[in-house]
Amino acid sequence: MRVEEISIFEAYKDKERVLKLSEKIKKLSEKIGRTVNIMEFCGGHTHAIMKYGIDQLLKGVVRFIHGPGCPVCVMPMQRIDLAIELAKRKDVIMCSYGDLLRVPGSKRKSLLNVRAEGADVRMVYSCLDTLKIAKENPDKKVIFFAIGFETTTPQTAVLIKKAKEEGIKNLFVVSNHVITPAAIQHILNAPEIREIGKVEIDAFIGPGHVSVIIGTKPYHYFAEEFQKPVVIAGFEPLNVLKAVYLILKQIYKGRAEVKNNYTRFVTYKGNLKAQNLVAELFELRKEFEWRGLGTIPYSALKIRKEYEEFDAEKVFEVELPEPKEHPACICGKVIRGVARPTDCKLFGTVCTPSNPLGSCMVSSEGACAAYYKYRRALVQ
Amino acid sequence: MCLAIPSKVVEVYEDGTALVDTLGVKRKISLELMPEPVNVGDYVLVHVGFAIQKLDEEEALKSLELFEEIIEEMEKEEGMYEG
Ligand code: SF4
Repeated sequence: MRVEEISIFEAYKDKERVLKLSEKIKKLSEKIGRTVNIMEFCGGHTHAIMKYGIDQLLKGVVRFIHGPGCPVCVMPMQRIDLAIELAKRKDVIMCSYGDLLRVPGSKRKSLLNVRAEGADVRMVYSCLDTLKIAKENPDKKVIFFAIGFETTTPQTAVLIKKAKEEGIKNLFVVSNHVITPAAIQHILNAPEIREIGKVEIDAFIGPGHVSVIIGTKPYHYFAEEFQKPVVIAGFEPLNVLKAVYLILKQIYKGRAEVKNNYTRFVTYKGNLKAQNLVAELFELRKEFEWRGLGTIPYSALKIRKEYEEFDAEKVFEVELPEPKEHPACICGKVIRGVARPTDCKLFGTVCTPSNPLGSCMVSSEGACAAYYKYRRALVQ
Repeated sequence: MCLAIPSKVVEVYEDGTALVDTLGVKRKISLELMPEPVNVGDYVLVHVGFAIQKLDEEEALKSLELFEEIIEEMEKEEGMYEG
């Protein structure tokens, strides 16, 4: 029998099942006798939780802490400033994925703003589009501003490999690829993160699509070492609820294990072909600055020496002043889970998705954007 | 940014690309990250222009069909907690 994915979507949204499952969760919660703090690492889950009102449905049962799992939101401003400086060069065509183009840099200018001022900035759907642009514009330097977690890194690896194979000389990549397990570890390790806002994390909902690539294997360390349950989930409401149920069950029983609740796409080992390609083209950076989390060792990837002719950071020299965050934007705290978007004075008034001041409002997976779109948070 | 969308493979080409149908929109994607062969009719998870995994139909069906059983199992386990 062939599975129609559309019908699967619908089935995973089924209201009756959603309510039935949330009743079960509430019963189990009574036995635990306290609110359980769950960090959903992935912005896709933040979006689903807000869209379907799971936070409201489970009020008092679960406190969802929105983690740093949106690559646009964790991009430090200095990197945006770098993209803007490069884009302003007359001989450059700057390419990136859609969301990134709207993130404001230090002077509240985004790549879209500099495009309006005449820079050649292009939105690409696939990074391979940049290869075509490079071939069509031999007199220009085409730069791909690569961004994303493990879900987008293998694609950039394919791009660089192809560029080398085809002998392309005018294509360059700025790698901003970041690593999920490193960020989770940092959150769990950093005492100040718990102290600042007294964030207590009991468990994680593991990212669904990142895990398609990396598998469930890397999470076992967290479950064992930090005694935190991790449940990997898909993005429909029933997936999220079932993840919550599986977490609560573990907490009730005093267990901390990794559960895969997205078996239709996620395996233990993940996509090895993609992993191997990433290992071939990239190596770990000693450290990388994350917005809101600060500098995290070995948390991002740079292009390997063998391919450095494509590494924009090696080829182009850019001097950047210290970045200036908007003083009232509390994105950093939102990403660390110590503040809610609605705690921000600018939320929904000065800062909106059409005029975002901070990165958390830009991407639809950002916590501020999700809160804004589904608004319920305002009546809490 | 990390949300991938399940899409149905409509055509597979020799150059390692395929035409997929994503919720009614047809587009060309790369199969270069696929660890296994992809055939017309398969469902793949597509992210920024690349298929990154094939839908495990058996697992998809199982997780749906088993839903009622899960509820039942939960009820049984709840009995266990009480005991
Ligand atoms: S509402 Fe806007 S300004 Fe406030 S934290 Fe979110 S992104 Fe920053």
